[in-house]
Order: sequence, then C-alpha cells, then structure tokens
Amino acid sequence: MNRVTLISSKSPPPAPPPQDLYAKRKQIYPKLAHGKFRTVKWIAMAALLGIYYLVPWLRWERGVGVPDQAVLADFAGERFFFFGIEIWPQEAYYMAGLMILAALGLFLVTSLFGRVWCGYACPQTVWTDLYIWVERAFEGDRAARMRLDAKPMSFNKLWRKVGKHIVWLIIAFLTGGAFILYFHDARMIAQTFFIGEAPLSAYWFAGILTFTTYALAGTMREQVCTYLCPWPRIQAALTDEHALNVTYRYDRGEPRGPHRKGESWEGRGDCIDCKQCVQVCPMGIDIRDGAQLECIHCALCIDACDQMMKKVDRPTGLIAYDTDVAVARRAAGLPTKYRLIRARTVLYSVLMVAIAGLMAWGLLNRGTFEVNVLKDRSPPYVRLSDGNVRNGYTLKLVNKSGETRAMTLEANGMDGMELEVVGIEADEQGRITLPVASNGVDRYRFFVTVPEDAADGRDHFTLLLQDTATGELHGNRTSFMAPGD
Amino acid sequence: MSEHHKDIDQPTGVETTGHEWDGIKELNNPLPRWWLYIWYATIAFSVGYMVVMPALPALPGLGTNTRGLAGQSDRIAVAEQVESLRSQRSESGAALLTASLEEIETDRGLQQFAMASGESAFGDNCATCHGAGGRGAKGYPTLADDSWLWTGSLDGIQQTIQHGIRHEEDPETRFSMMPAFGRDGLLERQQIDDVVSHVLSLSGREVADEASRARGAEIFAAQCATCHGQDGKGDRTVGAPNLTDDIWVFGGEYDDVYNTVYNARNAHMPAWSERLDEQTIKALAVYVHSLGGGE
Repeated sequence: MNRVTLISSKSPPPAPPPQDLYAKRKQIYPKLAHGKFRTVKWIAMAALLGIYYLVPWLRWERGVGVPDQAVLADFAGERFFFFGIEIWPQEAYYMAGLMILAALGLFLVTSLFGRVWCGYACPQTVWTDLYIWVERAFEGDRAARMRLDAKPMSFNKLWRKVGKHIVWLIIAFLTGGAFILYFHDARMIAQTFFIGEAPLSAYWFAGILTFTTYALAGTMREQVCTYLCPWPRIQAALTDEHALNVTYRYDRGEPRGPHRKGESWEGRGDCIDCKQCVQVCPMGIDIRDGAQLECIHCALCIDACDQMMKKVDRPTGLIAYDTDVAVARRAAGLPTKYRLIRARTVLYSVLMVAIAGLMAWGLLNRGTFEVNVLKDRSPPYVRLSDGNVRNGYTLKLVNKSGETRAMTLEANGMDGMELEVVGIEADEQGRITLPVASNGVDRYRFFVTVPEDAADGRDHFTLLLQDTATGELHGNRTSFMAPGD
Repeated sequence: MSEHHKDIDQPTGVETTGHEWDGIKELNNPLPRWWLYIWYATIAFSVGYMVVMPALPALPGLGTNTRGLAGQSDRIAVAEQVESLRSQRSESGAALLTASLEEIETDRGLQQFAMASGESAFGDNCATCHGAGGRGAKGYPTLADDSWLWTGSLDGIQQTIQHGIRHEEDPETRFSMMPAFGRDGLLERQQIDDVVSHVLSLSGREVADEASRARGAEIFAAQCATCHGQDGKGDRTVGAPNLTDDIWVFGGEYDDVYNTVYNARNAHMPAWSERLDEQTIKALAVYVHSLGGGE
C-alpha cells in the first residue's frame, strides 16, 4: 500500500514477509452506511445523475434554422449552445474561463473542506456508488457478498452475478449513450442510433464510454483513484493543516480497545475498535491511520462511527470533519480554533469572483456584430503608376444575429483617400453598401488609395460601418503603410 | 534486486528501493498485477497490429513493405480524400467552368469559392516568383499594382496564365523580343548611356547631362519608339512596358536600365495549361484580378 501517513498513531509494524513485485487486488466489500452523510450522498448522486441524463432533453427556443436544444455542442455547425448563451469558435476563451473557474473552485473547496469533489461529485465516485447499490440489490450487503464470493458456483450465485453484470452494462450503455446526446440533436440521434444511421463517431463514443463506465465503476473502482487519478497527488499541494478533512480524532479516541457494557470509560479513549469505519470504507482503508492518499473523504466512516457512538452512549463525532491543527491543539490541552478565512482561500475566492465577473461582463456586453480588418502583409503597400500609394485589406464581418444586414462602408482620416471594394459598385452618391449574411462571416476585399504626397510611413484611418436599417454604427481604426519612415 | 540492502520504511512497513535523497527514501510499492496484464495485452495488440496494418519495411527481394490484411496505405487514403473533396466541390467547380470570368467575379458565392481556391493555387504555383499576394520581385512583375506589361483584364490574365510568356512550346504564348542593343552591336556604349538618360527622364528623373539626354531622345525615337511609343508609354500588344510611370520590373537604377538596354531581358513565364486544369486557371485569373491591378 502506498500510504502517506501524516500522523502515525500506531507502533511500527513487524517486518513483513518478502515483497512480490506485483500486487493482487484485495476485493473490497463496502458495507452500507446509514446517517446524514449517506443521505447527502444519495441526494447528490440523484441530482448529478439526473442532470447528466436529462439535460440533453431540455429545449430552448432560438428561432428558425438554429437548434432548439438547451445544451448542445454542435461541432458540425461550429456553435456551442448553453440555454440563452451561444458561443462561436472564436469565443472559445469562455470555455477556457469556465475551466479556470472550475479549477479554482476545486482549489477553494479543497482548501476549505478537503476532497469534497472526490467524495461527493466526482463521476468515478457517483457511478461507483450507483454500481455498488446495484451490487447490493443482487448480492446483499457486505457479509452476504463475502459469503457468496467464498461459495462455489451455484445457480443462486450465477443468476445474482449475471443479473448484476447485465444491469451494470445497461447503466454503462445509458451513460455512453447520454454522452453523445450533448453533441447531436438528442431526439434525432436517439432514433438514428438504433437503426444504424448515426455517424460513426457517435457509435465510437457511446462504445468507449460504455466500456469505461463498466470497467471503471464496476471492476476498477478504488484503483482508479489510487493508481490512475492525478488528483490525490495534486491535492497535497492544495490542502493544509487548516483544511477540514475527514479526521479520526485520536485525541479523544486513544487508547482504543473493546468496551463491554457497564465498564468504566475512565483512562481510555472512546474508540471501541469495532472496525465499522473500515467496513463501510469504499477505499478499504482505516481512517484511524490518519490522512491518506487513498481517502476520498466520502465521510461514510463518520456515519458508521456516529451510529456506534450512539449505541455505546458516547458523544458522536469521534470521526468528523476536523483540521490537523484542531486535533493537535486539543491533544495538547489547548482550545481549538478554526480558520476558514486564510490567505489561500481569500486568494482563490477573489480570483474566482474576478474571472466570473469578467466573463459575465463579456457575455452581457458582446454584440451580435463584429468588424475585423486584416491588412495585407504582402505586399505592405503598392505604388501605382500615377505615384499614388495603395494598401489592400480583408474585411471580415461577423453577423451573429438571425437576420441579414446591409451595411454602408466609408473611410475617414487621411487626406484624399479613396475606398474601393472588390466586386461591389458604389451607387450614384458614391455610397458603398455591403450585404452581410445572417449567422455567419462575410469577407470582402477592399483597397485604400492615397495621393503620393499624403502618405509617409505609417498612418491610420477609421473605417465606419452603419446598418442601413437600424442605424447601428461600428468603427474600426486601421493602419496604412506607405514608403518612408 | 539483491537481498542485502533490503530496507524497510518504518511508518508504512513497505520496502524501499534503497535510494535516498536528503533523507527521503523511495518506497518500492508493488505494481497492481492488472498493470502487468495490460502490458501483456499491448504486446499481443502489437502482434495483431503487425498482421493487419503495414508494419515491416521493405526487405531485400521483397520489393515493398508488408501491406497488412487491412491494405491500409496513406497514399491511397490521401488520394481518396482528395477525390472526396473534389466531389464535394464539384458543384461549385462545375459552376466555375460554365460561368464567364465576369460572372464569377460578380456572383458572391462563386467569387468567394474562386478566391479561396485561387489563393491556394497561387501560393502553390505562382508565389515562388511573384511573391505572396503578388508583391513581385526584381524580374518578376508586381501583380498587385495597376501597371501591366500585357493586360490586366480578366480574360487577358487568364490567357497569360494558360499560355505563358515567351513559352516557345505553346503557339499561343505571348511573344515579343527586345533586341540586345549593346551585346549585338546595334548601339555603342556612349549611345546606350544617352538612351538611358532619356529613358530615366521619361518618369520625371533629373538628368545630369542634358546634351546626352537630347542625343538619347533621337536614338530612342529611331530604335525604341516602335514598341515603347514616341512618348515612352509602352505598347501592351507587344508587352513593351510603360517607361513613364517609375515602375520597373528589372530595377530603376541607372545600371539596371543600362543592363536592360545592353542585354535585353525578355523574361519567361511557363504556360500553366500544361499543369493546371481549366477550373484552377479560372480561379487564379479571378484571384490575380482581385489583387488590386484588375482592369
């Protein structure tokens, strides 16, 4: 076992027998816990699974020709839809912002309450919990499962095992199937999938996620956390002695030992060594060994221990969310103090508020029309036969609205400048009007010509676009290059 | 690992590897056994992969590499992708073939398609000499300005791309020949100096020796005006450049112009109909026309 022991309450163990190079997995039979944290976990599981399976079916009206799925990553149409928000590929920084927020949120919650993510919200935990629930339905609780596994194969054992794996596979397929609903129209793909007309990628991803769900939640379980997941390693850098972790309060529990009814509690700890905390642990560890890499902080040992403490009429909370500092201070006879507001929690919170605020500001203030001007880099300028200097540009008009537009174009800011758009004729008044398609990007090439004596080195001009219907005005300041310095 | 340095880490009861860095020891935890099985599985996979996919390189006497049961070949895959792209574009491509160049330029959809494919074809075939965006280089005309040797019309540009310039294998190529006045002994060195003075004065340059320029003007009228015109404005039917606009394909310095008169230039451009299909040439014509010099 690779174990990081911060506080060792045990005496050194005797020298073990020679080690094998490879370790066989020890099957873990977690016992069903009852208590407030188990209830919280059931609720969290129902909510998270409900979100995952049902969100693709929500609709959101957006107008003709635009998907009406509330949450959709539309790769073919190059759009990401999230209820009222529509993200274009060039706005992928919102995704980056979301990931930074998620990472900071993880840091914050870890520095406050330890591995809350691992214990309650990580898909590995949620689906493993669901799979264990199925396992329990077919094979019974811990003791019954251990007995069943020890028995030779029989009809009773066979149907329970087969039934469990079939239900696991069905859940796995529903998980993989729900994943692709986020990338296609859910109602459409749910039909075409079963008549073999969905895209190949849909079958691949459904297949891959079916396999990983079945393998990771059914057979790998705690090994995913201890061997595959980087988070247990990273969390050591994010947690500290003030973080509320699931903790065995050795100051109160030691010395431990069996306790008979009616015996005195004088001179001994509250831990009666009933090992209930070990039996309910889905990771197969003993929380009394202190903070460990394997511990996902699911708090089921708290439920198990509280139940026993009530039975023996001792106060609950022998295992509880507590900090290393508090336990150590109590052990030293000092009053405990909790510090949720620390430099790192303040820093994470401030950063989160700042980034969320920036993103919200950006989302609220973005328009449906964007003007981008790309100046030709080659050639930087052209000298014409009459000596005038001309620059070439590409104009990109991004129209995010569902309506076509017509924009007039003019340029100001340099003496004697002339504007000319390839393929567009100016009308009698010399006005240039550009049609802009809906929901897309239109490109135009245009040239600006300036008399020989008006241009010297780098200059600037302003491009003005005005919507002929609404009068909406867009400007863009652009540079002009000419020979000289 | 030998037995003699077996060291047990006290808090965990796990063997260490015996390595130590500043008091920190490396635990020698056993790997999970399934990890080992996955390694075996990758070996088994590699055997299957070698059977199904191309794997072994050409061996002496075998000619080529093994093709594998799947018959996978990147060359074939690329050819298929090119073919599927062609068929995807066939509609717009066919429209390019039937539409006139003017129609392509005024139809938004066709124009964007022609510009996109023209730009990439220009980068592959033309930019080597004419530069990115047609910026030109010494000896290779700038396509982005409004000065043309032969013509800047859509049809004219198409004709030039198809048949090239002084590409002798093509009977329809654009052809003309300037004599090498110095090398072939048509003019004396002093006479060439005089002509160069006059030619430079045509685009408004100041000339040091007015007498020399006057002599040059007479020689110009006799020898050069046939093609370049009495006023030096050139003649596009023979690809004779306008000498009055201060745009020089082969350089506008005194020595450059002297060299041109002495040796002649008569540059060459290949006929691209030998290498490119009609659709691509039309797209190129529209693209070059849009670079800024279009007439």
